[in-house]
Amino acid sequence: MFLKTLPLVFMLAGLVLYTALAGADFGAGLWRPLSGPGERGARIRDHAHHSMGPVWEANHVWLIFVLTVAWTAYPTFVGSVASTLAVPFFIAALGIIMRGAGYALRSTASPGRELQLVDGAFAVASLVTPFALGAMAGAIAAERVPVGNAAGGLWSSWTGPVSILIGVLAVLFSAYLAAVYLAADAVRHGDDELAEAFRVRALGAGITAGAVAIAGLVVLHADAHSLYTELLHGAALAVLIVSLIAGTAALILVALRRFEPARYVAALAVAAVIAAWAFARYPVLLPGLTVSEAAAPHDTLVAVVVVVLAGGAILFPSLGLLFTLLLRGRLGDQGGATAGQAGQAPTGAAPRSTPLQARIAVALLIIGIGFLNAADAPWAHVIGVFALFGFIIVGFAAIVPRALAEEG
Amino acid sequence: MNLLAAALAPVHQQYLLEARQMQALSFAVHIPLVCFGIAFPAMVLFAEWMGMRTGDPVYTMVARRWSRIVLALFAVGVITGTILSFEMGLLWPNFTATFGSVFGLGFAIEGFSFFMEAIFIGIYAYGWDRLSPRLHWLSGVPIVITGFTGSLTVISVNAWMNHPGGFRLVAGRVVDVNPWSALFGNSLLWSELVHMYIAGYMVTGFCMAGAYAVCRLRGRWTRYERVAMTIPLTIACLAAPVQVLVGDWIARVIAIEQPIKLAAIEGLARTTRGASEHVLGWYTNGQIKFGIGIPHLLSLLSFHSWNAKVTGLQSVPPSDRPPINVTRLSFQTMVGIGTLLALLGVVYLIVRIRRGSLPTWPWFHWALVIAGPAATVALIAGWVTTEVGRQPWTVYRVMTTTQSVTGAGGIPVGYAALVIAYLAVAAALVWILRRLARAPLHLAGADAPPDTTMHPA
Ligand code: HDD
Ligand code: HEM
Ligand code: HEM
Repeated sequence: MFLKTLPLVFMLAGLVLYTALAGADFGAGLWRPLSGPGERGARIRDHAHHSMGPVWEANHVWLIFVLTVAWTAYPTFVGSVASTLAVPFFIAALGIIMRGAGYALRSTASPGRELQLVDGAFAVASLVTPFALGAMAGAIAAERVPVGNAAGGLWSSWTGPVSILIGVLAVLFSAYLAAVYLAADAVRHGDDELAEAFRVRALGAGITAGAVAIAGLVVLHADAHSLYTELLHGAALAVLIVSLIAGTAALILVALRRFEPARYVAALAVAAVIAAWAFARYPVLLPGLTVSEAAAPHDTLVAVVVVVLAGGAILFPSLGLLFTLLLRGRLGDQGGATAGQAGQAPTGAAPRSTPLQARIAVALLIIGIGFLNAADAPWAHVIGVFALFGFIIVGFAAIVPRALAEEG
Repeated sequence: MNLLAAALAPVHQQYLLEARQMQALSFAVHIPLVCFGIAFPAMVLFAEWMGMRTGDPVYTMVARRWSRIVLALFAVGVITGTILSFEMGLLWPNFTATFGSVFGLGFAIEGFSFFMEAIFIGIYAYGWDRLSPRLHWLSGVPIVITGFTGSLTVISVNAWMNHPGGFRLVAGRVVDVNPWSALFGNSLLWSELVHMYIAGYMVTGFCMAGAYAVCRLRGRWTRYERVAMTIPLTIACLAAPVQVLVGDWIARVIAIEQPIKLAAIEGLARTTRGASEHVLGWYTNGQIKFGIGIPHLLSLLSFHSWNAKVTGLQSVPPSDRPPINVTRLSFQTMVGIGTLLALLGVVYLIVRIRRGSLPTWPWFHWALVIAGPAATVALIAGWVTTEVGRQPWTVYRVMTTTQSVTGAGGIPVGYAALVIAYLAVAAALVWILRRLARAPLHLAGADAPPDTTMHPA
């Protein structure tokens, strides 16, 4: 049972990270059209773009992580959810296309109308994507996704009150997280005016999100009564209270201009909401489908756990490096000092090649043909492939350095 | 456990063809972009390394400008790849529900690859001038490695679909799953991987060389263009002849593992000893019309024997045969283009080594302009051969495409929306690349950052 649940824990952790990290990224898109006119508005928009530039792709991959773990460990669950909730899933996909294109485009767009167009499309996508993903979560929470290939309603499954509620919450929460993040970033750049602008936005979005969340309990009571009762019991209730406290604390920290800790506490609040949902529902994934029924065979689960742990061991240090460099201001496209390049003296002639290299390359090519194309045994093919790669590499070394020196 | 965990029930899907086309479209958009993710970082790093070694600012400038292209293409690669992963659930939920536990691991490992790739692309592209040159260069190395591991794992899934193993099917449920041997103990994997990896270098190399050939034909031919053309062109010209050899290998593997696909590729109706190879032509009524037949060549190429028996299409019922002309035509397109590009490569290599210079004939530069798009066409044609040649199966001889498709309605609407979205992305991409290309040249160091140089005003 432990093994069957572990991938679910990974998925939920991934979901928390996705909500907290990519959420801020969606929110940053939302603030662009709400930044007001004039020079100050432009600064707010640029800040919202530059702060996310180096990290948005890494943040986005959390979604891929959740999805791939899900379909490996709980394939029936993914098949049922993706087919019934095809419409919001597809809307989220379109939103993601637009956002990615927006990132690529913005750094090349010229100020004025072009930029306005890009920012506008980007904002629409930033609104639609978290809403659609939230509506999917709502549909699952409200038990509107039956097991089967598109067994639930194409529209009715995700347009119920709970879906709308969680969709709206996802948007508000993204806006809130983004404002806190951007305020912290502005402080780091020593721009107090900008920090203040985002502080006001953070408070507005945060208070609205909190109010909607509390009002949401009424919606749950009416539309998803069993979830409502499960949430207000035992471990789920305890975690829900943690989330309430963390949410309030985060708002207070923002009010006190302690933006950096506010980010972590706010992330804790989301984590607690997701955990509360998990505790309330466990071990049921979909109506009539429990975790152990949905789980993949034993060997696959072991493989997933091995991959996630091994991957995590490489991933987290790298993520740490990325965020450390970012926080220290070592990444960015505002031209920094031009250390290095200009200072280095030319170290004489470029590397010279000898005709020998060319001959080795030809020899490797002939060996490759012999082992890959004439021979039939698998071991011979291995030698053949390596010989051919050797041909490419030695051939490159024979030609390019000399060619480059001569072209000069 | 109960039967609920088994496959979702197959449903009738009126728009199966549209679903297949939607899948094909998404691949056709993703895969060319992915080639740049596979091959371009290595070229950028080489240029940066030359810059560090010689202190010549031209190299550094080449690397800098290329790294912006990497970033822009990666962003589009990420979104198109995301669409593909969504489509696994959106279009083929039954395939995912039934076999996710067998092949899903490949994508889970791929996910980590992309994580690392995204992280280090962020560091590399935004770390110019802010990290020490050596550290900056090192931050690019993981991008090269993850480009390889990413394609390894994805291809392992495709190889598994074409040659499934590592599980047993009992009453519609998979049992005795061994995901490692399913994905990595597969005889199709290595040939596919090597072929795709080299295709990545060909597509990237010829496309980049073509861009600078355009510059040359327009009379812009400074040292910058010469350097920037030599690196990708040489790699592509070395890779092109090798690709023909690898293609021969992959065809022999197919002859053993997927005989019906080979029969479709060759348009061979009856099982024949000493079968002939047909070039060009059209398949109707069990034979090739207007083709050029070369006796015994097919047996010789596939099995290295003059009179080897080659399985024909009629050994399986018509419903189990793939669309023959699509498969055959795309195969011939790939091989035709591959052969021409290999010739182009050999010409370049000989001239380069004999005369010690780039060929100066205008026709050569015109050929380079076409070579990039041609390599891309060969790439897509190759995937069409693989995927259409696998039909009617999604998982070869285990699950048909009809069984794997979604029951959700509205596929044509989704298809249309995706076409529009991709057209918009394509337009945006062309626009970005043109802007990047038009940005004025500055020597390294003085080279201003993206956001300020890019405004032509
Ligand atoms: C630049 C691109 C390119 C070029 C020039 C070639 N190929 Fe290719 N080919 C591919 C790009 C490609 C590909 C897109 O990468 C495929 C699709 C699946 C795969 O593994 O590689 C492929 C598949 C593929 C297959 C089907 C494999 C399968 O069904 O699993 C065969 C038999 C060949 N190729 C054979 C050749 C031959 C004999 C070539 C000689 C001229 C050749 N290819 C040139
Ligand atoms: C690495 C993995 C894969 C690659 C590179 C790949 C590549 C392709 C390509 C290029 C096509 C276009 C063929 C055409 O024009 O019709 C295609 C078609 C298709 N692919 Fe794949 N594929 C992969 C995995 C998958 C997966 C996971 C599925 C899921 C079921 C799938 C199902 C299909 C289907 C159904 C078609 C349509 C075939 C047709 O129209 O006849 N493929 N694929
Ligand atoms: C020939 C087949 C494929 C190859 C070689 C390949 C390789 C790659 C590479 C190298 C990238 C990095 C992006 C870039 O550099 O532009 C990428 C992105 C991506 N690919 Fe593919 N891919 C293939 C097919 C697929 C398939 C079948 C799927 C999904 C099921 C997929 C899902 C993804 C995803 C989700 C991303 C984005 C990762 C991110 O967010 O960073 N790819 N792919």
